[in-house]
Amino acid sequence: MKIFADLLHSLLYAPQRLVKQAYLVEFIKNTPDPDRGYALSALTGELSIQGVKAGLIRKIAYQKCDPVLFDLSYDFVGDLAETTALIWPNTTRQVSGIRISDIISKLKTANRIDAGTLVQEWLDQLPESQRWALLKLLTGGLRVGVSARMVRLALAQSYQIDVNEIEQIWPLIEPPYLELFNWLDGKADKPDAAGRAVFRPMMLAHPLLESEIAEMDFASFQAEWKWDGARIQLVSGSDGVRIFSRSGDDISGTFPEIAKPLSWHGVIDGELLAGNPNKIGSFQQLQLRLNRKKPSVKMISETPVFMRVYDILFDNNIDVREHPLEYRREVLEAQMKTGLKTCYLDLSPILADASLANLQTWRQQCRAGGLIEGVMLKNKTSSYQAGRIKGSWFKWKRDPLTADLVILYAQRGHGKRSSFFSDFTLGAWGEGSEYDAQTLLPVAKAYSGFTDDELKKLDKFVRENIIQKFGPVREVEKTLVVEIAFDSVQYSKRHKSGIATRFPRFKAIRWDKPARDANSISDLIAMIDI
Amino acid sequence: MIDTSWLKISKSGLYIVPAKAHIDPVRSVNTAIITHGHADHARAGHKHVIATPQTLEIMAVRYGANFAEQKTAVKYNQKIQLAGVNLTLIPAGHVLGSAQIAMEYADTKIIAAGDYKRKSDPTCAPFQVEKCDVFITEATFGLPVFSHPTPEAEIQKLLEVQQLFPERSVIIGAYSLGKAQRIIALLRAAGYEDTIFIHGAMKKLCELYVSFGIELGSLQTTPIGRIDNQQISLANKFILAPPSAMGTKWAQRLCDPLVVSASGWMQVRQRAKQGGVELPLVISDHADWNDILRTIKEVEASEVWVTHGREDAIIHACTQMGLAAKALSLIGYEDESE
Ligand SMILES: [Zn+2]
Ligand SMILES: [Zn+2]
Repeated sequence: MKIFADLLHSLLYAPQRLVKQAYLVEFIKNTPDPDRGYALSALTGELSIQGVKAGLIRKIAYQKCDPVLFDLSYDFVGDLAETTALIWPNTTRQVSGIRISDIISKLKTANRIDAGTLVQEWLDQLPESQRWALLKLLTGGLRVGVSARMVRLALAQSYQIDVNEIEQIWPLIEPPYLELFNWLDGKADKPDAAGRAVFRPMMLAHPLLESEIAEMDFASFQAEWKWDGARIQLVSGSDGVRIFSRSGDDISGTFPEIAKPLSWHGVIDGELLAGNPNKIGSFQQLQLRLNRKKPSVKMISETPVFMRVYDILFDNNIDVREHPLEYRREVLEAQMKTGLKTCYLDLSPILADASLANLQTWRQQCRAGGLIEGVMLKNKTSSYQAGRIKGSWFKWKRDPLTADLVILYAQRGHGKRSSFFSDFTLGAWGEGSEYDAQTLLPVAKAYSGFTDDELKKLDKFVRENIIQKFGPVREVEKTLVVEIAFDSVQYSKRHKSGIATRFPRFKAIRWDKPARDANSISDLIAMIDI
Repeated sequence: MIDTSWLKISKSGLYIVPAKAHIDPVRSVNTAIITHGHADHARAGHKHVIATPQTLEIMAVRYGANFAEQKTAVKYNQKIQLAGVNLTLIPAGHVLGSAQIAMEYADTKIIAAGDYKRKSDPTCAPFQVEKCDVFITEATFGLPVFSHPTPEAEIQKLLEVQQLFPERSVIIGAYSLGKAQRIIALLRAAGYEDTIFIHGAMKKLCELYVSFGIELGSLQTTPIGRIDNQQISLANKFILAPPSAMGTKWAQRLCDPLVVSASGWMQVRQRAKQGGVELPLVISDHADWNDILRTIKEVEASEVWVTHGREDAIIHACTQMGLAAKALSLIGYEDESE
């Protein structure tokens, strides 16, 4: 556990990616199996330990420390593992040489009650840094600035091989990745994906920056709508059809109407939308389905979903990812008429003549409805690669909506922002709601979009204008107007105001603007697009 | 029965009614009793300032020699009277000259401790425990997650990285008053004798410490222009700078700097990480959780008032100990001055 704790500490404070990667390479070279695989899987977020969840850690902590004090501490630190590690008293029973693999194998065979006892025992035996590492390992979410991609790059560097080789077999292996290490160490054959319904890492788009527009050669790009649904991957193999989320989670059970056997075998990429190809449903309807792990028959018939397909990775078990987009599109179009011809799959159309002028017009039209977030621009010659590839795929979102809202409540941020009031609840005037026009109703919670300097000023404003405390929440004088940008507005039954904003963030602080000039609920309702 | 009606909270801070005097007022007042020289406690613009000789000198460095019309220097444990209120300034162990304000009136003794700590510090007089009826404590680190290690162990880490990276300059972010001098003194105590470089903003305060008999060894103000021209190498040297200078051009001129930050906040990892800190040192000039609670017990007060910081947790702990406790919710004292 000490080696892992030292690694996490080094990674957390390493200033640059390259330094982080160097620490990872050192670790991979010097740590035995299966400990290194387990440690790496904690970093890639793939390690899951049954029975040890946040709830259990909290329960153990409550037994050791006054729950009120624990909650206050947690509220300040913002991280369960770190709070518990810091608050846990040091004992004189410290033991060295506890291995990650011991911990995991003991927990695998333990029931919930034993697991709690085991974790308590280890916490008593470890110093603070290792308590922190242990709890991070058990609860996930390491937050040391290492991505799964960086881990694979470090593996490639450690063994002097091409990272793509590792990317390709990654979906086949599971922690502690013995199949991988045995192959890398020359003790076994390379794991083989052929024909298995496994997730392939998705290709992602860069946002198109204002500064890049002038240099774009739009003629070499294929333009499509950017659908406002959920990105999914459909994999059809000898072992059936599976649906994966963007992050590779198997969500087949959530969408049984799509995860149905196909005679065609391969992998396609697209957007999951509510409704049917002829009539798209709202994002809320999709959300309803995404939130229900096992939908009822009634729900499936009332709120159906379909997949709008835009790319193909494998066609009848042939890997076409290395081929240019233009070629893959031809293959996809042909299959949509044959092997993929069903009522729940349809093709995302190409927008003809993607000139700058047309693109600008299309972006403006997005607000007219149809669940479109903007346009996608994909280099016609691009191969399908995992992650964000420079110059290959761009997303060009429509301009956000904006509204002037009033700060109602503020709360301290977590972790590095714990010294500032950085989380804000913002309100609009009640006109257009079922409440009085003279009341301010909460419509958004925003905690980003301001500079460090602005944050200091906001914090100062809050401190000087507190009128009431509710636990960690501070109610402030309703005087400060903020221009908020957001992606869309929806009706919402869960909110008092009747509406909810998506991804609200600060655009400008309007120190000059009086609160009475802020927007009302009816102004916001006018912005709802479907 | 204790009577506390003579000590009130005004918009400017704590107010001793019969003496017509404020403690650490955040606005300009006629009579101010100042606990210590940190800028959020010792502000400019008061007519009459009562403080320890060290604190008065610190304020003179900060605000110029004529920072008040009248100055009254009160030595530690010297008793004075102000309109019938007995006042004593006793060591708080926070920074040079820092004092707790002990007040006696109407058969009730109240101590406003200001900022204080209990861990060792070679640059100031150690905290003196004094029994009282009401103890007014700060709560900057008033959560059980804060348990500060010994500063000597933290300083060892500094010497280790210096040996590990001989080609890098080690730049340490530390407040100009107190923290900087304490780190220098700790380095000296650990046997480091080489010249230590300091940011210009710290020069006068370091000289002041020396004039009060605190040995800081060989110091040199960092020659910015000459670093720029590469005429001087600061590789493998320690450079101290106020946190505000860390992100500036000044720091960027150093070659491959290794950024160290020394404060009690460094215990919270995600917070330590911000600002590109590569080596966080948990060295604090405030009492940690256990030391706050220990102090509350030792002064045997029956009532505890909590000023700035994490009041809720301290109040909860006092209630558990059977003590009456309340938050004063004073505004204007910053968490970060540490
Ligand atoms: Zn202070
Ligand atoms: Zn203070």
